[in-house]
Amino acid sequence: MAVITYRQALHDTLREEMLRDEDVFLIGEEIGVFEGSYKITAGLLKEFGEKRVRDTPIAEEGFVGAAVGAAMLGLRPVVELMTINFSLIALDQIVNHAAKIYGMFGGQTSVPMVLRTPGGGGQQLGATHSQNIELYYAFVPGLKVVAPSTPADAKALLLASIRDNDPVLFLENLALYNTKGEVPDVVEPAEIGKAKVSKPGTDITIIGYSRMAMVAQQVAEQLQADEGINAEVVDLRSLRPLDRETVVESVRKTGCAVIAEDDWLTYGIGAEIAASISDGAFDYLDAPVRRVAAAEVPLPYAKPLERAALPSAESLTTAVHQTLEAVGRRR
Amino acid sequence: MAQTATRTKPATRGTTKPRRGSVRRGGRFAGESPELLQDYFYEMTLIRRFEERAAQGYTQAKIGGYCHLNLGEEATVVGLMRALRKTDLLFTNYREHGYAIAKGIEPGRVMAELYGRTTGTSKGWGGSMHMFDVEAGLLGGYGIVGGQIPLATGAALAIDYRGGDQVVMCQMGDGTTNIGAFHEALNIAALWNLPVVFVVINNKLGMGTTVDKSSAESELYKRASAYRMHGERVDGNDVLAVRDAASRLVEQARETGRPALLEAVSERLKGHSVVDPAKYRSEESVEQAKQADPVANFRAELIEAGILDEDAAVEIERKAQAEADAAVAFADDSPHPDPSTLFDYTYATPVANDSRRLPADPVF
Ligand SMILES: Cc1ncc(C[n+]2csc(CCOP(=O)(O)OP(=O)(O)O)c2C)c(N)n1
Repeated sequence: MAVITYRQALHDTLREEMLRDEDVFLIGEEIGVFEGSYKITAGLLKEFGEKRVRDTPIAEEGFVGAAVGAAMLGLRPVVELMTINFSLIALDQIVNHAAKIYGMFGGQTSVPMVLRTPGGGGQQLGATHSQNIELYYAFVPGLKVVAPSTPADAKALLLASIRDNDPVLFLENLALYNTKGEVPDVVEPAEIGKAKVSKPGTDITIIGYSRMAMVAQQVAEQLQADEGINAEVVDLRSLRPLDRETVVESVRKTGCAVIAEDDWLTYGIGAEIAASISDGAFDYLDAPVRRVAAAEVPLPYAKPLERAALPSAESLTTAVHQTLEAVGRRR
Repeated sequence: MAQTATRTKPATRGTTKPRRGSVRRGGRFAGESPELLQDYFYEMTLIRRFEERAAQGYTQAKIGGYCHLNLGEEATVVGLMRALRKTDLLFTNYREHGYAIAKGIEPGRVMAELYGRTTGTSKGWGGSMHMFDVEAGLLGGYGIVGGQIPLATGAALAIDYRGGDQVVMCQMGDGTTNIGAFHEALNIAALWNLPVVFVVINNKLGMGTTVDKSSAESELYKRASAYRMHGERVDGNDVLAVRDAASRLVEQARETGRPALLEAVSERLKGHSVVDPAKYRSEESVEQAKQADPVANFRAELIEAGILDEDAAVEIERKAQAEADAAVAFADDSPHPDPSTLFDYTYATPVANDSRRLPADPVF
């Protein structure tokens, strides 16, 4: 068992999968000579050559579409989209093509590709470079959307995504790349579509994904240590398919829930989770479900404004306190 | 119209060499096999009859959705498909019924797809715009204008990656050359030396918009030079000219891995789709299209050259009509998909918690 960064886990997995399977290749902007904007692909061009590590022109629609076409013929492209913000340029190829080809041709060909892309704010990058728009993809049947929060999950889910025969949007987060965690020497591919209870507990359920799952974990550990509050944390890990069962089972046990998400509140992923809780655990609820989400503004550049707009450990802690007070369970 | 089509002289015969039993007299059929010429005539006529039956099926409400026909483009369709090997791959837009047939798919399966039946090319999941058949090498008809171009480039990438000798052909309309995907995909194909031939069918109309109102450079083959790619224009009403030009570019792509752009200038006989009365068209434009009718003209030429007599032509037409009718009968007799198969094609790799809810089902 080694302690490595999220970045390292991604890098190692790409390398191992390329060694394992000749059909796996990488394609994207600045992933080769420049070694990736976030250095996930460092060293891979040198090791595997231009055929398997393809630098593309700045043409998101063109190269994402080319990856879809290559996948239709059985290759396993792993696309790096510099950030999720630029995926909008490739939206047609992702939503109208990658997601539809298996269905609209009656199952005759599938699209075994992975779209790796970081999202998230907090780096003072301004409105067009700080978005959490994974929801746009999680809305679409035919796509799979995964969002690991730990290095071990990053590895297990990337393995699963590369070996999967469907298009998978693999959501990373700028704030996660340098986080560390234990990764077993041998990692099995994760089961896509399954959430994980990353900390068992009885007092309240906190649900998050990607960066906010990590924040939820930290908050829960802090609450346990400081106040003896025993929160259960559910890390969704997969946004489509969505594991409602694990969420509902947890809320049936704890009777209350706070959802932590980096995206905007209205129509956000938290809204879907809250609806699922209403569907599956209405009779068990002791308080309304709360959502901690980003302020609904184009993310500003100025540091104090950006900080105020994004959910944090503090805002999540506040929401947990308020919910526990409402159910009279705060010690 | 800013320009008229120039007829490419069939000087270069591409892969088709004069052989025994070929037309001996001079003229444009010199060196051609009469059987092959009759074969082209049969296939063009079959597509014509098929499309007429499709239009009929639409008015009878047996076919739904959109239905874009190849009427007037049969020479282009047949000429292009004769330049491809069976193993070569084709990506098309939504106007693909004729291509599906000429690429080797049973007309019955094409009609069954229009009828939304399980025996259709996409088991009823695609309809008019989304036909597909791996064995025939049809890698799909696509309904988003230009959406197929990056896909075709990617398929060529896969061929190149594996060192295969297939060529990809990517068909599109004139209006399609102005969408970003066209530029991005041609640029990438040229940068990476991918074996793909992009074919623009310039019928001078995209729905109601003429090519000179949508393209700043309306001689579309010239776009190729922006990608250091070979570009060429051919008379799309001449099946032999199309076949020869396409064969040359396809074989060149096979040998060198270089992409190319072919513009086939053609005419649309009817509206954009079966429901479009094409009121925006001038009488001259409609008259010009009629004059250019590739099926009628090819028939007349074959008779004039003594390759067909009137009886033989009628016999071929009768056969084509019978095959189109049989396609309709096959489609009519085929089963509708069962609603219990609704969730069969969302994911190729089964996955936990895949939603299989019908509209009125409770979530829990
Ligand atoms: C991206 C996109 N925009 C608009 C449409 C609607 N549309 C369908 S066909 C068409 C005209 C295309 O013309 P052209 O490329 O010349 O092909 P043709 O129909 O003549 O074969 C339009 C605008 C579409 N399907 N996709």
